[in-house]
Amino acid sequence: MMATLTKAFKPILGRQLGNTAKVFGAAVNSQRGKPTYPPPAKYGGRHTVTLIPGDGIGPELLNHVRELFRFSCVPVDFEVVHVNSASTSEDDINNAIMAIRRNGVALKGNVETNHTMPPNHKSRNNLLRTSLDLYANMMHCQSLPGVQTRHKNIDIIIIRENTEGEYSSLEHESVSGVVESLKIITRNNSLRIADYAFRLARDKGRRRVTAVHKANIMKLGDGLFLQCCKEVASGYPDIEFDSMIVDNTTMQLVSKPHQFDVMVMPNLYGNVVSNVCAGLVGGPGLVPGANYGRDYAVFETATRNTGKSISNRNIANPTAMLLASCLMLDHLKLHDYANMIRGAILTTMNETRLHTVDIGGQGTTSEVVQSIMRIIQSGGPLTTEI
Amino acid sequence: MAGNAWRSTVSHVMGAIKTQSPLPRTFSRGIQTVTLIPGDGIGPEISTAVMKIFEAAKAPIQWEERNVTAIKGPGGRWMIPPEAKESMNKNKIGLKGPLKTPIAAGHPSMNLLLRKTFDLYANVRPCVSIEGFKTPYTDVDLVTIRENTEGEYSGIEHLIVDGVVQSIKLITEEASRRIAEYAFEYARNNQRTSVTAVHKANIMRMSDGLFLRKCREVAENYKDVKFTEMYLDTVCLNMVQDPSHFDVLVMPNLYGDILSDLCAGLIGGLGVTPSGNIGANGVAIFESVHGTAPDIAGKDLANPTALLLSAVMMLRHMGLHGHAKKIETACFDTIRDEKVLTKDLGGNAKCSEFTADICRRVQDMD
Repeated sequence: MMATLTKAFKPILGRQLGNTAKVFGAAVNSQRGKPTYPPPAKYGGRHTVTLIPGDGIGPELLNHVRELFRFSCVPVDFEVVHVNSASTSEDDINNAIMAIRRNGVALKGNVETNHTMPPNHKSRNNLLRTSLDLYANMMHCQSLPGVQTRHKNIDIIIIRENTEGEYSSLEHESVSGVVESLKIITRNNSLRIADYAFRLARDKGRRRVTAVHKANIMKLGDGLFLQCCKEVASGYPDIEFDSMIVDNTTMQLVSKPHQFDVMVMPNLYGNVVSNVCAGLVGGPGLVPGANYGRDYAVFETATRNTGKSISNRNIANPTAMLLASCLMLDHLKLHDYANMIRGAILTTMNETRLHTVDIGGQGTTSEVVQSIMRIIQSGGPLTTEI
Repeated sequence: MAGNAWRSTVSHVMGAIKTQSPLPRTFSRGIQTVTLIPGDGIGPEISTAVMKIFEAAKAPIQWEERNVTAIKGPGGRWMIPPEAKESMNKNKIGLKGPLKTPIAAGHPSMNLLLRKTFDLYANVRPCVSIEGFKTPYTDVDLVTIRENTEGEYSGIEHLIVDGVVQSIKLITEEASRRIAEYAFEYARNNQRTSVTAVHKANIMRMSDGLFLRKCREVAENYKDVKFTEMYLDTVCLNMVQDPSHFDVLVMPNLYGDILSDLCAGLIGGLGVTPSGNIGANGVAIFESVHGTAPDIAGKDLANPTALLLSAVMMLRHMGLHGHAKKIETACFDTIRDEKVLTKDLGGNAKCSEFTADICRRVQDMD
C-alpha cells in the first residue's frame, strides 16, 4: 500500500516533495529483504490471471487447465491474450505484456519463433521475459513415483538467470561473412540471481548451492558471475557453496545426478542443464517452470516446448502445465486448491494405465484430466461445505 | 546405380580437391611414421601400453616420440619446440596423451597452443556404448563433430563499464563451411546415415543462422546423407531420454564442448572416450581427453582404453581398417570378459596386466 502511495505521489508532487518521497521510500524500503509484490489483481475475492495460449500444444493444455479450475471452483478468472507468432508487428506481445503488468501473474504456453525470419524479429518469449524483468527461472526437477526412468529419486532445483547472458539478442555482422554475438554479464544481475538462489535454498531447507560456469575459458564473463556467487555465498554461511564447469556438470548429471542439490547458472547453461534434468526425470511433459521477477510472475512448462508435431491429437502430457498452474496457485496464496490439484495429479501418475505416450503409456490427455477431476470430486470438499 | 556411384565419386574427388580434406590413405605396404606425444602424469605408461598392443597386432606403424612442453620462441611468443612441429608436419598424423597446464607457468594451455599451431579445426568424438562397462544407457552410437577454432571460445572479452562484461561469440562463414564439409565427408566415409546440425538460431538469429545456412548449403552437395536441424535444448532433452536417435552431430564450439562431454558421460566417462582433432593441410592429432591423474602416475594403475581407442580411430583415419578392427575387438572383448579390468572399470588389475590380456587376444586372432 505504502509503495503504491509513494509511487503515486512522486510524479504528481514533483521534486519539491522529493525529499518526503525519499523518506517515505526509505521507510518502506527498510523492510525490503522479502520481495514485496504490488497488490494482487483481486476483484470480488477472485484473482485475475493473464493467459497466453501460445502455439502448438499450448492452447489445448491451457483449455484443460481452465476446465479443471472451473470444475474445482478455483477463484481464478483468466484474461486471455492471443499472441500471433506469424505477425511481424510487436503489438500482440506488447498487449500481453501490458495485461501481465495489470494482473501481475500469468500462465503461458510457448510462442513459436520462426528462426528463418530476419534478426530484427525477436523471440516473443524472450521479449516478454526481458520487458517484465523476470530475472529468475526456477525449475524443480523431481522424480515422480509412477514414472519409469533410468535414474531414480532425483531432486534438483535449477535456478537460471533469465534476462541476460547469451540471450541478449545483440548481434552484428561487422564484415561480410563474420558475425559477432555479444554475451553480456553484469554484476547487478549476477548478484541478484545468486541472492535469489541462496534465499530459496534457505527457505526450502536445502544444504548446497552449485554454481555452473565456464570461467576457465570465459575468464571475464563467467569469472564475474562466479565471483558474484562467491560474494553472496559468504553471506549465507549455513549453506555450502561449490562450483562446477558446465561440461563436467552435464557428464556428472547423466552418471551421478544425486550429487546435485540447488544449481545456479547463467542463461545458456541453464537452458542446457534444465533440459538434461527434465530428460532425466521423464521428459518435457512432467516438469513445471516458473519465471519470477520483482513485480511479476509467469508460469509455464519448464522446457518451453511448442510441441507442434503432437498438437491437437489429444496425446500431449498435461502434467507439466497442470503442475505449473499449481505453482501459480501457490504464488496467489491459494494453497488449499494447489495442494488438492497437485495431490490428484500425483495419484493419477501412479496409474500406469493413464500414462501418455511420452512416458511410455497409451492414455490420452482427456483421460488424464478426467481422472484428475474424478479424484478431486471424490476427495475434495463439497460445495455446500465451503 | 552406377550413375550415382560415378556422381558421388566425382563430387568426392572434387570436394577433396577444393578443400584439401584428407582422403583415406592406404598404406598397405609402407610403414607409416606417427608422431607420439606421451604427455604428463599417466601419459607415458598408457603410451607404452598402446605401443605394445600395436606391436602385438603387427600394425605397420613406426612411432616418433616428441615432447611438446612450450618454449619461448624468438619475439617472446610461446610456441611448441621446433622438432615437434617439424615431426608433425612431416608425418601428418599424431597421437597425444594427456598434457598438464601448470597454473602459473605463464604460457597458455598446451592444448590451445597445439590447436593454434596446426589449425585443428574439427574435434571428432565417436561415442559408442561399451559392452561390459555398464551405464544406464546401452544403445549409444553417435559421433559429435565440434568446430574447434571460433565460436564462444574466441577469447575476446571486454570490461565495458565497471560491473558489465561482454564476451564476443564469433561465427565466420569460412569456418562454418569447413566444419560442415568435414562432417558430411566423415559421414560418407564412415557409412553414417544422417547429419544433424545443433543450433540455437531462435535466440542467436544471425550467428547460428549463418552456421545453419552454411550447413544447408553444404548438405546440397551430399544428397546421400540425410540432413536435419535441431535446437540445442531439444537435443539435450532427447539425448538423455533416448540416445539411439542420433547419428552424426555437427555444431559450433560451446555447444560441442557441452554435448561431447554429455555423450562421453553416457558411455562411461572420459576414461573410455576416444577423440580426434583434424587440422588443415591433412594434419590429424588423436588424443585421450582425460586428465593426467597425477595421483596414480607411475603406479601401473592407469586405464589405457581412451588412448587405445583414439589410436584405433587413427588407424581408421589412415585406412588401416583391418588392424583397427582387430585391436578394437580385442579391447572390447577384454572389457566384456570382466576378468582383467583396471580400477576405474571396476576391477583391480594392473595396467600391464590389462595390456597383456589385450595383446594376447590380438595375437590369438591371427
